[in-house]
Amino acid sequence: MSEASDQKKKGRGRKIARRTFLIGSAVIVGGVAFGTYAVRRPIPNPLLQGLRKDEAAITPFVKIDAEGVTLITPRADKGQGSYSVQAHLLAEELDVDPHSVRLGPGAPDRAYYNGTVMQEGAPVAAWNDSWLAERVRGFMQVPARLMGIQMTGGSSTVPDMFDTLRTAGAVARETLKLAAALEEGVDVAELSTENGAVLLPDGRRLAYTTLASRAATIEPVTDVALRSPGEWRYIGKDVRRTDILAKSTGTEMYGIDLALDGMLYATVRANPGLGSALRRFDDSEARRMRGVMKVVEISNGVAIVADNTWRAFRAAEALDIEWEPGPYPASSAEMWEALSTALTKDNRDSRFRNDGDVDAALEDGEIISAEYRTPYLAHAPLEPMNAVVQVGDARVDIWTGTQIPNFIQDHVADMTRIDRDDVHIHVQPMGGSFGRRLEDTYVLQAVEIAMAVPDTPIKMTWSRDEDMTHDYPRPMQLGRARGTVKDGRVEAYDLDTAAQSIAASWFGRLMMPLPGPDVMIIAGAFDQPFAIPNYRVTGYRAPEMVPVSSWRSVGASSNGFIHDCFLDELIHAAGADPLEERIRLCHHEPSRKVLEAVGEMSGWDGPSLGENRGRGVAYTFSFGVPCAEIVEVTNTERGIRIDKVYVAADVGRIVDPVNFEAQVSGGVIWGLGHAMNCELTYENHAPVQTNFHRYRAMRFYQAPEIVVRGLENGDRIRGIGEPPVPPAAPALGNAIFAATGQRIRELPFDKHIKFA
Amino acid sequence: MQLTVNGATYDVDVEAEMPLLWVLRDELGITGPKYGCGLGQCGACTVHVNGVAVISCVLPVGSIVGEVTTIEGLGQPDALHAVQSAWVEHQVSQCGYCQSGQIMTAASLLDQNPDPSDEEIDRAMTANLCRCGTYPRIRAAIKTAAAALRDE
Ligand code: FES
Ligand code: FES
Repeated sequence: MSEASDQKKKGRGRKIARRTFLIGSAVIVGGVAFGTYAVRRPIPNPLLQGLRKDEAAITPFVKIDAEGVTLITPRADKGQGSYSVQAHLLAEELDVDPHSVRLGPGAPDRAYYNGTVMQEGAPVAAWNDSWLAERVRGFMQVPARLMGIQMTGGSSTVPDMFDTLRTAGAVARETLKLAAALEEGVDVAELSTENGAVLLPDGRRLAYTTLASRAATIEPVTDVALRSPGEWRYIGKDVRRTDILAKSTGTEMYGIDLALDGMLYATVRANPGLGSALRRFDDSEARRMRGVMKVVEISNGVAIVADNTWRAFRAAEALDIEWEPGPYPASSAEMWEALSTALTKDNRDSRFRNDGDVDAALEDGEIISAEYRTPYLAHAPLEPMNAVVQVGDARVDIWTGTQIPNFIQDHVADMTRIDRDDVHIHVQPMGGSFGRRLEDTYVLQAVEIAMAVPDTPIKMTWSRDEDMTHDYPRPMQLGRARGTVKDGRVEAYDLDTAAQSIAASWFGRLMMPLPGPDVMIIAGAFDQPFAIPNYRVTGYRAPEMVPVSSWRSVGASSNGFIHDCFLDELIHAAGADPLEERIRLCHHEPSRKVLEAVGEMSGWDGPSLGENRGRGVAYTFSFGVPCAEIVEVTNTERGIRIDKVYVAADVGRIVDPVNFEAQVSGGVIWGLGHAMNCELTYENHAPVQTNFHRYRAMRFYQAPEIVVRGLENGDRIRGIGEPPVPPAAPALGNAIFAATGQRIRELPFDKHIKFA
Repeated sequence: MQLTVNGATYDVDVEAEMPLLWVLRDELGITGPKYGCGLGQCGACTVHVNGVAVISCVLPVGSIVGEVTTIEGLGQPDALHAVQSAWVEHQVSQCGYCQSGQIMTAASLLDQNPDPSDEEIDRAMTANLCRCGTYPRIRAAIKTAAAALRDE
């Protein structure tokens, strides 16, 4: 078992204190006592401020006025359909049509805290539901709430919001009914609700909008019962996404599409050696170009303000710039050198799994060993980073797609010396993110430009080149694994895995680095529910190099590949069946069931599918979700072709089946595509891959048929945005091995084999 | 110079080499076509010129002879083109950012080839990148749209 449960015996006080320190130091500046008090105090309702008399704010998630009902969906939608899911959760209890009410993300506020996102930072596997694990996870809610983090990430939207939004909907409904009862002098028990109205016993309908002002004058009814699953109309049913019409007609307005009166267009060129300064620049040619209105020196770079984005791009290209060298090794070769020398005792970051006696077992048997590598990867959402900013004397307005509106407020308040409350963030629909918008450099650049052109809206758009070369990528990872087999079984598994700390890098930019071990270095490896008799996972912290960030499925995106492929190697060495042995080793019931499910779906009877064909199975537990995948490939004359993929995942409850299937297929394609052919390599401190011709990922003709099954055996509801990603690369690697006999231990695979 | 977009004729005062995409987006405020790469690598900017799908981010506006149609001209939320209806029915979009381009490419394909094979669909759609991985639903939607158009 993991170290967490080992240490259970050693006394709870010490353990809790260490956990607090680990996750809390960035946020428990004033100490835990204050935090607990502050957290127990109700958070003021943000919608109560600035409300007109005829508006009633029933909870922070529902707003009703004479014009209509607005559902506030505070978790950002990067494309995964979370606005729609949130709207349906509210509507399930409130009895409104989610397609006919207004939806809005709301202004960022402390009441929209996200307790779930921080749980993944806890060094306790999510399947470990011992009292300690529960305590630690519960405890993590305190700092998140204190910080007022309104953050979208970690596949947390649905788990965090499932009860919250339904309760909000129910409170709103019951309060409106009470208002109607008082208005009409009838018993509230005789009232019901339907499609935005309260139904009276005589058959009349009172629209919610007409009850709004009355409802505002009474105490909200908070003692509400949620509807039982049998009564649900939206949850678990095939529903239409609220944004699907706009997104099929080109009428969805993304941040990049915004146009304001008097707006100017801008772009930047910043040092691709991230964090290093501008040495000198010559803008004489750029200034002469048509449409260029201003050249602004910004932090680590230069911005062009023009009357058209393309003219700004062209002028930016015409700048003659010299950069200071980046503050990290110049080339990929040097970076790999730094990583491969990082696996030393001094750099040991964590050893949260240490079962049996690994050293003794390794001495006993014939050691099988391997080294695995994964590269830096860019997020590269299809909409390049952009922001529209207007800076006035005492007010800043920012329109942008972001997952971290509260941090932007803090950072912009610091930069502009304008009060935090006067920094207004208008969150825009996003053309993808995959973790990219957990950073805000692009927004701060736009603010710098707008400060130089006050009272004028500035739309700053990055070129694709700027976007690719200024990402905070997924870190590269190096794993050294050793193991033994005995009597046809896996006997020992010892993994040393090294990466830069995402927590240190990312939190360093957001507020301050988090001390203590970084679970992301080992996520997807230390927390796998396998009962291997001798089983150890040690994390090593590589030196900080390129600043790194969270990329769809974070640490598990690399460790999932390393951990599962080496397990596959051991299973082959043992002469066991890859699927059977994984099932035998697995001690977590919902995980066994997903493995059994993909076996049944694919008609598994071994990895071979005949000449030049093969299939691989892989399994990763991440974000609380067990996910198993089987990939079938053919080794054709033109290279490896991925024929078909079977996926099973358990999220406890599937709230939106249509969207679930989309997220799983999309996650599989994301995982496979990057494993096939994507990497960021560095020369002169900058990525070589500047556009999609060198960062291709999966293209339409390569997309396999994907068969998805959702299971609901897990004990609680979980998100599905990330868990399908980690098993995709290892399932492909294991399939390539089955079809060709070639074991590829480095991503992307196309460094070693061709794809059709 | 004059430019006809979605049936309306505009006078635009821009460099002949300005790509059509930026004339549409920043000069005319037609934002259905998206900027994704600027290098002809993603297809997010796909529009029709005389009914044929073209990559507008690398097409100088001065070289255009004929009529430009963007996603806004293909159909509207209350008057969907058959391809758009199929996109709604299959709930293709995730972030949706690539989908204007995907839809314009698919509409042009079906206009020229009402009953494309899987290989023909592959060939046509490969120019369009989707970072969210909506390819399986795009394929299904194209088949639905093809059947609907053949029935018309
Ligand atoms: S923006 Fe035109 S192909 Fe990418
Ligand atoms: S739906 Fe997001 S890029 Fe295609």
